[in-house]
Amino acid sequence: MPFVDPKPYPAAARVALNDPQLRRNLGKATTAIREKRLRVVAELPDWQALRDAGAAIKTDAMNRLPELLEQLEVSVTKAGGQVHWARDAREANQIVSSIVLRHRAKEVIKIKSITTDEIGLNDALELHGVTAIETDLAELIVQLAHDHPSHILVPAIHKNRAEIRELFLKSFNLEPADLSDEPRALAEVARRYLREKFLTVPVAISGANFAISETGTVGVVESEGNGRMCLTLPKVLVSIMGIEKVLPSLRDLEVMLQLLPRSSTAERMNPYTSLWTGVHAGDGPQEFHLVLLDNGRTKVLEDEVGRQALHCIRCSACLNVCPVYERAGGHAYGSVYPGPIGAILTPQLIGLESEHAQSLPFASSLCGACYEVCPVKINIPEILVYLRGEVVHKKGNSFFNLEAAAMKSVAWVFMDKTRYEFAQKAARVGQMPLVKGNTISSLPGIMSGWTNSRDLPAVPQKSFRDLWRERAAAKRVHP
Amino acid sequence: MKVSLFITCLNDTLYPQTGMATVALLERLGCEVSFSDEQTCCGQMHVNSGYQPETLELIRRFIGVFERELELGCDAIVSPSGSCVAMVREWFQKVCHWAGDLALEARAERLALKTFELSEFIVHQLGVTDVGAYYPHRVTYHSSCHGLRTLELGDAPYKLLQNVRGLELMALENSDQCCGFGGTFAVKNADTSTAMLSDKLRCVLNTKASTCTGGDNSCLMQIGGGLSRMETGVRVVHLAEILASTEGGSSAVR
Repeated sequence: MPFVDPKPYPAAARVALNDPQLRRNLGKATTAIREKRLRVVAELPDWQALRDAGAAIKTDAMNRLPELLEQLEVSVTKAGGQVHWARDAREANQIVSSIVLRHRAKEVIKIKSITTDEIGLNDALELHGVTAIETDLAELIVQLAHDHPSHILVPAIHKNRAEIRELFLKSFNLEPADLSDEPRALAEVARRYLREKFLTVPVAISGANFAISETGTVGVVESEGNGRMCLTLPKVLVSIMGIEKVLPSLRDLEVMLQLLPRSSTAERMNPYTSLWTGVHAGDGPQEFHLVLLDNGRTKVLEDEVGRQALHCIRCSACLNVCPVYERAGGHAYGSVYPGPIGAILTPQLIGLESEHAQSLPFASSLCGACYEVCPVKINIPEILVYLRGEVVHKKGNSFFNLEAAAMKSVAWVFMDKTRYEFAQKAARVGQMPLVKGNTISSLPGIMSGWTNSRDLPAVPQKSFRDLWRERAAAKRVHP
Repeated sequence: MKVSLFITCLNDTLYPQTGMATVALLERLGCEVSFSDEQTCCGQMHVNSGYQPETLELIRRFIGVFERELELGCDAIVSPSGSCVAMVREWFQKVCHWAGDLALEARAERLALKTFELSEFIVHQLGVTDVGAYYPHRVTYHSSCHGLRTLELGDAPYKLLQNVRGLELMALENSDQCCGFGGTFAVKNADTSTAMLSDKLRCVLNTKASTCTGGDNSCLMQIGGGLSRMETGVRVVHLAEILASTEGGSSAVR
């Protein structure tokens, strides 16, 4: 479910930071997966070369996206599938709804798909009286809790076993004595519920990790096998894919299927990799629809710097290493795409109009851990800084923009040595009422953000340049 | 070797002792140090905050100042700040490129090749790992993100610290994690920055070190600001000041 009117990042983060359970859940989960990723990545001597290859494949695909998409349409159609083009969320939801209604389905089963969360598909189907049932265990947990996913790969990372047990007791009307908080027991409850759905629901909806333009093959990688059930048991399969997921050839999977599992679940290979091409009589779904979703992506592609964000293969390695994500969690980003990749993708997809979108590129200390792990080498810090420039440009020089006025004055001071040295002296005098000992513990206005939790050293009586000049003068006297 | 000191505005204004220690250290290692007082700021704060047109002018000014230093015979530009060196080496060219100023981008590229962070300069350019320092304290090292990831300083600072007599180097848990400074991030997202800092402080305190050092006074301002506010009795000292300390010198035993 998409976020409605999300708060700007600093305000949303403040709430999350004060949730001790969330902090523990996130710290534990991200630390474990970080360590595991390091181990499995270290097994591959050519990991850096693989990253280069991944980046090259995505750059090439983006450079000829129109051509590849048209080729994909031809290939899928030839294999017996139907291709639909959706400009935005509304069009995509209409396309999917009309397919579902044509089959008179009251329920659809879903494979975990962030793209369908991006367009708010479940809500759209609900309006037509159709219930979407999430079959990924974590996504089901989020759905039952009427919550939002907080991680690209582990949507319920913010919940621990005890919380999930409580939710299942309530959702499935179980007695406390009947359910422990053992992962196996929890999974068994979901399994019993979902098995019946797999066997009876006629329409499945999936996302797509890749689509191969050459062959029309679509691919989904997953861990549970519930996705495989959705992809093979129902009569009708509808897959919704962001247009940036297309790859030129099957050969490219050699690289991507090495990069993705190690970066995402920190596994050598994910348990289930499903690849299908069109429809086959008597085997699997007899009707296959591929919905190609733009929803802002073409606009992102237009931007020479920002377009790198479209290279993302949704592995979530950047979330797991991000110190900001680890502290404040996924919901603080107010988007189905959280973490560092969300901070560059969301504002580009939805535009930099809202205060929320404008706050996202600033939700990073620019430590660079995300860039270091990205399997397709998206330079996330670079795009963050670039987008900050776009935000400042957008906000412009309004008279009330105090920050802009201050930053421009500081730049003006730095542009001239005399002004700069005068400012150093002025700071020495101006700070006097604030200094206790050699320390400033309280500053006014926006700078109170610093001193609320940290001291600041007072400006010393002599700058380095003062000391340097004194030394030079002394040298002239006593060479 | 003739070295031009890029002091950085933060060190110049708030940490002059770091600058003096850098000069003393480089001179002890046989370098001739020059300082152009025309220098002000490299523009890092402006680019990180999104003020790119202003940054471009600061970059243009900076390049002019240090090109003159090279013309006057300096072999290298050296700075006791990893993040400001990363600005020169990594971001100057990007900002020029975004602005479409390809001539300035080419000049930035040439200047980048001559600009070094202090510890990498000593270890890789001078080929020295024992600077003859004495510092009888238990010390832990915070590897700032720009030094670690952009400049890839690797073990250079550790090698220098390991050879300081009297110094006991304590391993820092989660040493690759950001301290939460991030320039204006520390103010714009003060709560998240503080949450990151509190975890960093826990790791620093767990080492039982009396001193936390690093190559960036900006990160040390963050960590030190927290240590001081909490009255932990642990101090922050820039790496240059530790390496400049010698037996019989005034600064080592405090």
